[in-house]
Amino acid sequence: MIETRGLRKSFRSRAGRETKTVDAVRGVDLDVAAGEIFGFLGPNGAGKTTTLRMLATLIEPDGGQATIAGADLLKDPGEVRRRIGYVAQGGSTWDESTAREELVLQARLYGISKVEAQRRAVRALEAFQLTEFADRKCKTYSGGQRRRVEIALGIIHEPKIVFLDEPTTGLDPQSRAHMWDEIRRLRTEGMTVFITTHYLDEADALCDRIAIMDHGEVVAEGTPADLKREISGDVVQVGLDLVATGEAEKLLAAEEYISRLERLDEGGLRLFVDEGATAIPRILRRVDGAGLDLKSIELHRPSLDDVFLTKTGRSLRES
Amino acid sequence: MKLARDTWLIFQRQLHLLLRNPVWVFVGVFQPVMYLLLFAPLLKPALNAPTQAEAYKIFVPGLLVLLAIFGGLFQGFGLIAELRAGVIERSRVTPVSRLALLLGRSLRDVVSLLVQAVIITLLALLFDLRVFIGDLLLAYLLLALIALMTSAVSYGVALKVKSEDALAPLMNTVAQPVLLLSGILLPLAFAPGWLQGIAKWNPFSWAVDGTRALFSGDISNDRVWQGLTIITVLAAAGVFWAARQFARSVR
Ligand SMILES: Nc1ncnc2c1ncn2[C@@H]1O[C@H](COP(=O)(O)OP(=O)(O)OP(=O)(O)O)[C@@H](O)[C@H]1O
Ligand SMILES: [Mg+2]
Repeated sequence: MIETRGLRKSFRSRAGRETKTVDAVRGVDLDVAAGEIFGFLGPNGAGKTTTLRMLATLIEPDGGQATIAGADLLKDPGEVRRRIGYVAQGGSTWDESTAREELVLQARLYGISKVEAQRRAVRALEAFQLTEFADRKCKTYSGGQRRRVEIALGIIHEPKIVFLDEPTTGLDPQSRAHMWDEIRRLRTEGMTVFITTHYLDEADALCDRIAIMDHGEVVAEGTPADLKREISGDVVQVGLDLVATGEAEKLLAAEEYISRLERLDEGGLRLFVDEGATAIPRILRRVDGAGLDLKSIELHRPSLDDVFLTKTGRSLRES
Repeated sequence: MKLARDTWLIFQRQLHLLLRNPVWVFVGVFQPVMYLLLFAPLLKPALNAPTQAEAYKIFVPGLLVLLAIFGGLFQGFGLIAELRAGVIERSRVTPVSRLALLLGRSLRDVVSLLVQAVIITLLALLFDLRVFIGDLLLAYLLLALIALMTSAVSYGVALKVKSEDALAPLMNTVAQPVLLLSGILLPLAFAPGWLQGIAKWNPFSWAVDGTRALFSGDISNDRVWQGLTIITVLAAAGVFWAARQFARSVR
């Protein structure tokens, strides 16, 4: 459905007198299959939005190529526009318009007749539970209601692919869960959904496949389960206060069965080990023996954050 | 035709939003009416005009051109607000014609200018202004073209600078010499030779002369077709340039 090869984009920005070049996206190869929810996971500034804007024909790539729903991005951007929907990260509704007006106009901009556009608006309003506020100005909506309008706008013309840039940022947990259901519903209707997120749980729970992006590059790609399985072994998380954390780190760094250590901001350590069951007693003895106050100990399967950590050396939680 | 349909869609939406906020309609008419009521009476003695009606024949066309220029030049502000709200980006991912994105907006500006012009003309009729309907319609065409050009340019510049802070001084800097060098408030016949020489290079001074000729029933005056030609060419160029800005990347 989406195939990109070597997609690149640099921005030149002026800071005072000198111009700086930011390589926002540096050679992205992606293959997204029809009917899947594909997730782009990465920290702020990773290049997610820039990639999406290129795929949505809003900015021209500096290099590389892409085919989207069978249309060539560079040669036929007009055809790409007809086949995709795009919902921007920063919003796209006008304060003084109502949801219904926006939906009808949006459908008509895609060449749909007035009667059909009105029919679709009614359906979309129902599907996104907006009927109640349909004829109120957008500026009176809550953040979550407004986000739902924007997503409804992105799919009103029933595109083959829809790009959603951080669809759930700023929503409360309940609205997020609702939004996930909406997105899954789009998939059952046969749409390919491409979302960006920096929520680990969202990537994990919602996406069929993800690409992890950092500094303009895809550092890992696969199903969440495969990616986690790639990191062999277990993660042991020990709870310690801040002072003890420093000492325990020094102690445990010397242990050969611990392949990697990560400090937690709130105090405590994450330890990557081959086998949790045998490692836990040894860790316990070591920490206890040094007279440090161990508050808790937990055994985890690796998370997507651990994947990110092994690929980039940083934690997604920190950035 | 797709262009006509798309333009109509954008035009309808923009007009609808304008009418929803009637304050704008009021403000748009209030200022010129003040000029008409409070400034024009000074003109009969100042211009040495034989009658009040003669003074209006000189002043009203100037006032209308002034409205067309300023009404158009400041439309860019609304566009910057739309840019910030993400509305323009949303339009740009649809297959809508880029020229229609511009034309729909500019035509809304032309229509609102024409409404103002009609109100002013009607008021001036109360003050004994008389003008042939054919001449008047031609004058309105000229005004519509001026508004089309200035609003298109304003939208194009807005898309380039993307901030009100840059747009306001820019437009003011352009508008002021244009205004002073076009004989809008007082005819340039009163100006010294060097000033007239510079004003020749101001397309709007041709437009003002043309409109004045039409208001005095002098349709065969060369300034009429010259003004129309100059403004038509500039309007076409302005629309072409601004439509390209809509097609280019916008952030
Ligand atoms: N128009 C621009 N001019 C200059 N730099 C830009 C521009 N757009 C993006 N960048 C830079 O490109 C990099 C990637 O930005 P991008 O918006 O794609 O990140 P992102 O992954 O979407 O981040 P976030 O999670 O914060 O939305 C950043 O360093 C950003 O500052
Ligand atoms: Mg982003």
